[in-house]
Amino acid sequence: MTAAANAKLRSASARKVRQFVTPEGVDLQLKIASAGLRFGALITDLIILFAIQFLFTLFMIWVGFAGGDDVAYMIWMLGAFVLRTFWFIGFELGSRAATPGKRLMGIRVVARDGGRLTADAVVARNLIRELELFLPLMMVGVGAAEDMVSGWTVLAGVLWSLTLSLFLLFNRDRMRMGDLIAGTWVVMAQRVKLDSDIVASAGGEAEALVFSDAELSVYGIFELQELERVLRGRDPRAMREVADTIRGKIGRPVAEEDDVFLLSYYRQLKARLERGLLFGKRREDKYASE
Amino acid sequence: MSAAELPSFSTGRFRAEREADWIAFDLLLTKLEKRGAKALTSDELLQLPILYRATLSSLSIARATSLDKALLDHLEALSIRGYFLVYGVRETRWSRARRFFLYDWPAAVRAVWKETLIIALIITLGALTSWSLVASNPEWYFNFVPEELSGGRDPRATVEFLKSTLGHGGDTGDEQSGLHVFATYLFTHNSRVSIMSFALGFAFGVPTMMLEYYQGISLGAMLAVFTSKGLGVDFGGWLFIHGTTELFAAALSGAAGLRIGAAVVFPGARGRLEAAAEAGKTAGKVMVGVIIMLLVAGLLEGFGRQLITDTMLRYAIGTVMLLFWLAYYYIPRREDVA
Repeated sequence: MTAAANAKLRSASARKVRQFVTPEGVDLQLKIASAGLRFGALITDLIILFAIQFLFTLFMIWVGFAGGDDVAYMIWMLGAFVLRTFWFIGFELGSRAATPGKRLMGIRVVARDGGRLTADAVVARNLIRELELFLPLMMVGVGAAEDMVSGWTVLAGVLWSLTLSLFLLFNRDRMRMGDLIAGTWVVMAQRVKLDSDIVASAGGEAEALVFSDAELSVYGIFELQELERVLRGRDPRAMREVADTIRGKIGRPVAEEDDVFLLSYYRQLKARLERGLLFGKRREDKYASE
Repeated sequence: MSAAELPSFSTGRFRAEREADWIAFDLLLTKLEKRGAKALTSDELLQLPILYRATLSSLSIARATSLDKALLDHLEALSIRGYFLVYGVRETRWSRARRFFLYDWPAAVRAVWKETLIIALIITLGALTSWSLVASNPEWYFNFVPEELSGGRDPRATVEFLKSTLGHGGDTGDEQSGLHVFATYLFTHNSRVSIMSFALGFAFGVPTMMLEYYQGISLGAMLAVFTSKGLGVDFGGWLFIHGTTELFAAALSGAAGLRIGAAVVFPGARGRLEAAAEAGKTAGKVMVGVIIMLLVAGLLEGFGRQLITDTMLRYAIGTVMLLFWLAYYYIPRREDVA
């Protein structure tokens, strides 16, 4: 990867980070959820909704044979309405502010101003979902129902309503129409398990290998964290490749096992860069000066 | 450099010292999420803010000193989760609901009174337009009312048929149960129209006003058909018993949409986004109320109207409902202090 592409990638991910300062004065740095995750969450929710509705329909048919047909039909119609309208609202009012689909994707709704997510905001954003989801479908329906409407008119209508539905693709904060009006954001809120400290768990074997200052000064924080990812991944092929790259870069012969080499390099590079941090020097990547 | 001169701070030791707090906080949050604040003992409740602040402080230190990505990610996720739980839930659902019915709902409706008046005028205008058109030439009716909604009630129908649709006796049991279904269909249909007229508000309120005008038009057309057959008063009673609630709800949903449209067009001193978000919150409250009102209207329509066939009694109930809503919304009361 070239330096320019690298920097571009990082600034792109940085643009998705929004400042969110708690009353304690700590910036939580919320990350805006991507359009793909949002779409995935929606699809998941819709699938669950359809499944429930299907089971509910079967149940009502079964009940309908026993009791009066009309009452069952009425309950079915009301039930379907309540389910569709309050599924999203009900779940987003809960303490995790996320529907099952959103939970699965590790995202949640928050108020844009940093305050509490209020019920009215949740209601507003979800009633507008009704419009975003069904307006394009309605446009197609109207076009099909009325013969006098030409194909081009229908197409124009669908395109117009799609610009509303796909509104979130056209702004940096990935806000739907409903988010815009309710004053909300959808941000990442996945759970991260606390992985073991790979520095502490290293055996005495790694002590033997000592790298010089010059050998450690070739990399920065970005490379360190990529190395961490590889070490945690424990994929021997990736480790071999990375170890060979580092050996080539610092000019060391292949003398020890890859994981021992990488682990001790990681430990010493981390110690060196963290010492830099304590002295106020933060070297973002290998292109930054010492 | 000798061992004595090495910095005494190390991120490994930092983690070893604080890890127990993070794990305890994680467990506490999981418990809180799963079983609510009631499941926590008073000891745990006292621990919650302490552990929360400890975690936030750990996050700050880790960001400044540690380069362990897994550790940073974990602390960040834990802090975010903790923040929204500690600051998010300040009220029980019950007190939230109580406040909504006692204060928030009427206050939100009061706040959109100008928009409500405008939408009411638009509906009236629509009704007058179609009424005068259908009264002068019944053929117009078919342009205004879709077939599936009219259920045979059009200018070609006989007086007897029209009279029977108003439910003055003569209804067999079968037809009545059919009407329940029809009423339920009307409720879900009306709710959807109301949600649409609210949701379309952001397009500067224009589609909202059109939708409301259209609602007025079908109303006026029906009214014209029945008055031309000399059934105006009866039809009024048939409509009035639930119509006061339903039309009020329709007007409010339009008003909620219009409020958002107005905020987008005329944001005032605030930014457009801010203005829209603020209007959206008021409108959201109004809309919850609208759905409840439509449910009431559906009940009145489905059951009240079938059981009460006396026209004067229908007028009385409709009037009482109207007065109830007006009093509920517009009688001034002390603001929420609880």
